[in-house]
Amino acid sequence: MFGIYLKRELGRRKKAALVVALGLALGIALVITVSSVSAGMTQAQDKVLKSLYGLGTDMTVTKAQTAPKAGSAQGPNFKFDAKSSGKTSQSSDRVMTQGGQALKSALVEKVAAQKGVASAVGALSLNVTKVDGSFTRGKAQSSGSSGTSGQGGPGGGTGQPQVQGGGADFNVNSYSVAGVDVTDQELGPLATMKITSGRTFTATQTDAKVAVISKSYAKSKKYKVGSAFKISGTKYTVIGVATPDSGESTTDVYLPLKQAQTLADSKNKVTTIYVKATDSKRIAAVKKEIQANISGTTVTTSSDLASTVSGSLSTASSLAAGVGKWLSVAVLAAAFLVAALLTSSAVSRRVREFGTLKALGWPSRNVTRQVVGESMVNGLIGGGLGIALGLAAAYTVTAISPKLTAQLGSGGGGMGGGMGGPGGGGPGQQSAANKLEIALTAPVSLTTIALAVGLAVTGGLIAGAMGGWRASRMRPADALRSVA
Amino acid sequence: MYRLTGVTKRYTRGKETVEALRGIDLTIEDGDQLVIQGPTGGGKSTLLQMIGGLDRPSAGHVELDGVDLATIGEAKLTRLRAEKIGIIFQAFNLIPTLTAQENVETALVPLGVKPAERRERAAEALRSVGLGERLGHVPTELSGGQQQRVAIARALVKKPKVLLADEPTGNLDEGTRDDIMALLEGLWREHGLTFVMVTHDSSIARRAPRVATIEAGRITLTEQGGGPYARQAHGTREQPYVQYGGRAR
Repeated sequence: MFGIYLKRELGRRKKAALVVALGLALGIALVITVSSVSAGMTQAQDKVLKSLYGLGTDMTVTKAQTAPKAGSAQGPNFKFDAKSSGKTSQSSDRVMTQGGQALKSALVEKVAAQKGVASAVGALSLNVTKVDGSFTRGKAQSSGSSGTSGQGGPGGGTGQPQVQGGGADFNVNSYSVAGVDVTDQELGPLATMKITSGRTFTATQTDAKVAVISKSYAKSKKYKVGSAFKISGTKYTVIGVATPDSGESTTDVYLPLKQAQTLADSKNKVTTIYVKATDSKRIAAVKKEIQANISGTTVTTSSDLASTVSGSLSTASSLAAGVGKWLSVAVLAAAFLVAALLTSSAVSRRVREFGTLKALGWPSRNVTRQVVGESMVNGLIGGGLGIALGLAAAYTVTAISPKLTAQLGSGGGGMGGGMGGPGGGGPGQQSAANKLEIALTAPVSLTTIALAVGLAVTGGLIAGAMGGWRASRMRPADALRSVA
Repeated sequence: MYRLTGVTKRYTRGKETVEALRGIDLTIEDGDQLVIQGPTGGGKSTLLQMIGGLDRPSAGHVELDGVDLATIGEAKLTRLRAEKIGIIFQAFNLIPTLTAQENVETALVPLGVKPAERRERAAEALRSVGLGERLGHVPTELSGGQQQRVAIARALVKKPKVLLADEPTGNLDEGTRDDIMALLEGLWREHGLTFVMVTHDSSIARRAPRVATIEAGRITLTEQGGGPYARQAHGTREQPYVQYGGRAR
């Protein structure tokens, strides 16, 4: 009788049942969409962090930022020879460590020895600014008199005697270089790169004059495997071309660590120590351990790094976490309220019906069960519709795959003593180099589906409880009274 | 046997208290037929509610076979209604979505009767009121008279000791009224029920073996006899259905 009665009643009030079910469906669909988009955001952030940070890297150790001493600020310094010939080609590379601050290589071993650290690898991040071009000497001429040869200079000189002609034509190119510990490439700058042409370093090439370059850099310079190029006069042969697992590469050239140290005149120095913890759940504890035992360093975990991600990914993530979450809660609460009120109202319209059943000797629990049962079915229908709608929305988001940009440490401030290293977004690193484009997906997990079913049941129960409570309070005499 | 002593019912609405029943004393023997009549608002239906255990008096006692319906627990009262009391309503009070057979079955649900037996007994009850061909019809597919017959079948399917009817012909035309009254009286005779009926129809009241008139919450008159069915005459009368001047069933 319970099933027959339930089926017939739901059939009779199709519109009301549909309104309740649709209300719940909307709320549940929104929860699924927001949850899946949030999960997609998290995945996108993970991708960003992994591409910038390194697969398997749980944290990085960099030198703590110190204020520059007075008078110590030094800009790039280029030295060119002034030659006597009329036109002179000049080229000079300026190699600087990123952020200008480095740690001793010995700290890598010390970090690796800390409790909870599985492995640690050092890397040196450099910025190379290459200036090349030519000078043309100008000719000094006195007005109205024979000229005297004078020193030309960039832009020419002014005054008496006047220099005419001459000048300079220079190109300035900057690119990033990472010194890689070739003995352990599972951790560090190359961990997120995939070799698409040639090969990577062998463990024996600790000081070899070979390089792996990013595909984008190779394309811009028209380099390929076997090409050679110079940095500060040292010739390197390209042995491999690599692309990042996601986004754009933030490092142009990878060299064996020793070579990078030599170029930057930073023997036994590293800018970043990449750390893998033994247990990913103990990262905070390991961070604390390192900070306590190794002074003068800054430890940055992926969660620290995540807080520095900006751009549309960050905005969308904030929207999903903030507006999306509260919108879902609001819609869901409204759906529950509407369901409860409609159920309660339906019970009020059925006073005679329930009063009659009670007059016939139906216990209150049977009447309540009937009302709750009807609400539960409504809730489950709403849940089913909501799951379908939510899955459709999540599928649409994934199909469209809107592109989100992520920017690490933007706004000039960077993160406090943040990530150094290639793509690490450390202090002083150009923000443009840390900009990544990520396609947003909306994965729906079983947990989300379970949550949706739970919400549907909860919605049904709330509505049923309210209706059932009203029904249980009815007296059998109401069956007669409503007639009068 | 019913024994009502000092039954009072007060309703409070805001600051106003209304006494619907004022110290009713009444005895109804087993197998008796009592018609309660009186003006609208006099307390007829309220008295029927007290007798049927649908409501409890504010004061006094309503005893059915020695059990005081005013004081027993809710669960016991519900069980008593399910087992012993059949009720017929003026507006039939059928569940609109259920078929005639399913409506009758609802009376057997609280008794824990198994579905197959429930269906069989419901069909039998409907056949006994002349609706054997209408088992699968929903109320909207039935006439008023047929709906009241379904309600009668529902009241009787559990074989109650008491049959209560609140204006059972109030929503019916004269011809159908006579049919229904003839049916009810036949069943009363046949089953030896205690039958209490509220009506404002004086033609019905005139024919009743016992009539109680209630006004302003008090029984002002109890008449015995006069009708075609004296209490002792169960099952002995012939052709009772034409006694109201209506058509034979």
